[in-house]
Amino acid sequence: MLRFVATRLSSLVLSLLVASIVIFAVIEVIPGDPAAYMLGLNAEPSAVAALRDQLGLNGSVPLRYLHWIAGLMTGDFGVSYTYRVPVATLIAARLWVSLPLALFALALSTLIAFPVGLLAAARRGRPADLAVMGTTQLGIAVPNFWFAMLLVLIFAIRLRWFPAGGFPGWDQGLWVSLKALLLPAVALALPQASILARIMRSSVLDTLGQDYIRTARAKGMTRAQAIRRHALKNALIPVLTIIGMQFSFLLAGAIIIENVFFLPGLGRLIFQAITQRDLIVVESSVMLLVFAVITVNFVVDIAYAAVDPRLRRRR
Amino acid sequence: MRVPRTLIIGAALFGMFLAAALLSYLWTPFDVTALDIAARLRPPGAVHWFGTDHFGRDIFSMIMVGARTSIAVAIVAVAIGIGIGTPLGLAAAARHGGLLDEIVMRGNDLVFAFPSLVIAILITAVFGPSALNAIIAIGIFNIPVFARIARSGAVSLWTLDYILAARVAGKGRLRISIEHILPNIANLLIVQGTIQFSLGILAEAALSYVGLGAQPPTPSWGRMLADSQTMISFAPHMALFPGLAIVLAVLGLNLMGDGLRDLLDPHLRRWRQ
Repeated sequence: MLRFVATRLSSLVLSLLVASIVIFAVIEVIPGDPAAYMLGLNAEPSAVAALRDQLGLNGSVPLRYLHWIAGLMTGDFGVSYTYRVPVATLIAARLWVSLPLALFALALSTLIAFPVGLLAAARRGRPADLAVMGTTQLGIAVPNFWFAMLLVLIFAIRLRWFPAGGFPGWDQGLWVSLKALLLPAVALALPQASILARIMRSSVLDTLGQDYIRTARAKGMTRAQAIRRHALKNALIPVLTIIGMQFSFLLAGAIIIENVFFLPGLGRLIFQAITQRDLIVVESSVMLLVFAVITVNFVVDIAYAAVDPRLRRRR
Repeated sequence: MRVPRTLIIGAALFGMFLAAALLSYLWTPFDVTALDIAARLRPPGAVHWFGTDHFGRDIFSMIMVGARTSIAVAIVAVAIGIGIGTPLGLAAAARHGGLLDEIVMRGNDLVFAFPSLVIAILITAVFGPSALNAIIAIGIFNIPVFARIARSGAVSLWTLDYILAARVAGKGRLRISIEHILPNIANLLIVQGTIQFSLGILAEAALSYVGLGAQPPTPSWGRMLADSQTMISFAPHMALFPGLAIVLAVLGLNLMGDGLRDLLDPHLRRWRQ
């Protein structure tokens, strides 16, 4: 087990290292001088040069990379060119929208997918199964931002039950904030739930084909008992891996949905920062997202290996 | 061999869009670049089947031409993935456990860890928004998908007797990969290709929705949806039809993928029965 953790840990560090180099390199290629951008078209060249110096843009490339990495490790993400506030503060504020939204969507998707997938597996080949497979096939094909627009049209514009966009802030009350996040969360959750329900179904069906289930049935258990007692736990392993991946997808993938609903989240921050050439914000927030994704996958891997010794031997 | 019903339905759905895209080179009901302000925001009717947009352009015609953009972007992105990913996967499997194998697999893990949409947005922002850059951004993320599929398919084939026979006969790893491995993993690649095709259409729609795909005046489904957003309360037809086009095209491809898998993978067919 210790060996397994050590191997995984070294590959985690290596991944983060390569990721940081790639992100840094991509940002280096972006045309445009942030200093000139900040000061506008009529700026004195000397003022631009002074600002470049102040922003640390004049150092050599490896030096700037090391400076950036050292900053990330100590929680100093640099200062945004356009907002003129520390990037860490900006990201923290946006995370208060993105993180709850991702968790909300993940909870919805899981709550829908588990019973639906299980039902389809239990009723394999019957009308309920066919209905689930048909609906989820459609759910996978629907682009989440279009679904979001339809939700806005029906529930915000026609019925006026929910706001069409924006976020009031958590200090305006829990209910108001959750209400603002509900439609975006549903829009994000639907395609995810469709994928998850299908994986749940096939995973349960796979497990039902195992010998130990036949043994359980031979002992006199009913199909439902065998599912509940033995199949469910084993079927959850691949499902939980997908949930881990979906969480990171929801965190990063909300970028489009945040645009539909004008939510001040991390995705929208990255998007705006790219168009405004606010490179330090892009650099640090993309790195943070990648860090989150890699770390979540690492934790999931370790958790399984701890629970299921069979997985430690797998590469 | 019985052709699965999903394959027929899927091929019919997708074929409809392919035909519309091809037909649009020769004929569309209206010119998609002609603005007709007098006829703007018309609801669906006998003249404009799907209505008109805020510039008076015919939405049916725009969807036909938009199909061109979507299909072209997705097809080239898949070609990039197969063209680069498959050789990588084959090479990795030919020296299973070797240095190249390790590099390919680690590289794959890494690409999967990147939030693909964010990176795609980054790429299109760096090199400027255009259909070509959207293709590259989507195509890059197809590479590890096909590398992984090709590798896992090839690794299991390398242990089989007929490959051993080929090696005994003196064939090199490269020749075996091309002559014996590749034809046998072609099925896997075709099925995955269909799935990546549909994901490519969704990704292109998302990119052009945020303004980073094909640029005006080239119609694209994603940008039609973006344009419709501010008018959704009084012209919902502008949002309805491009969205339906995306859903049906993607659904068609996914059904085709399912059907092809059933048709081409005898192992799975047995398992299903």
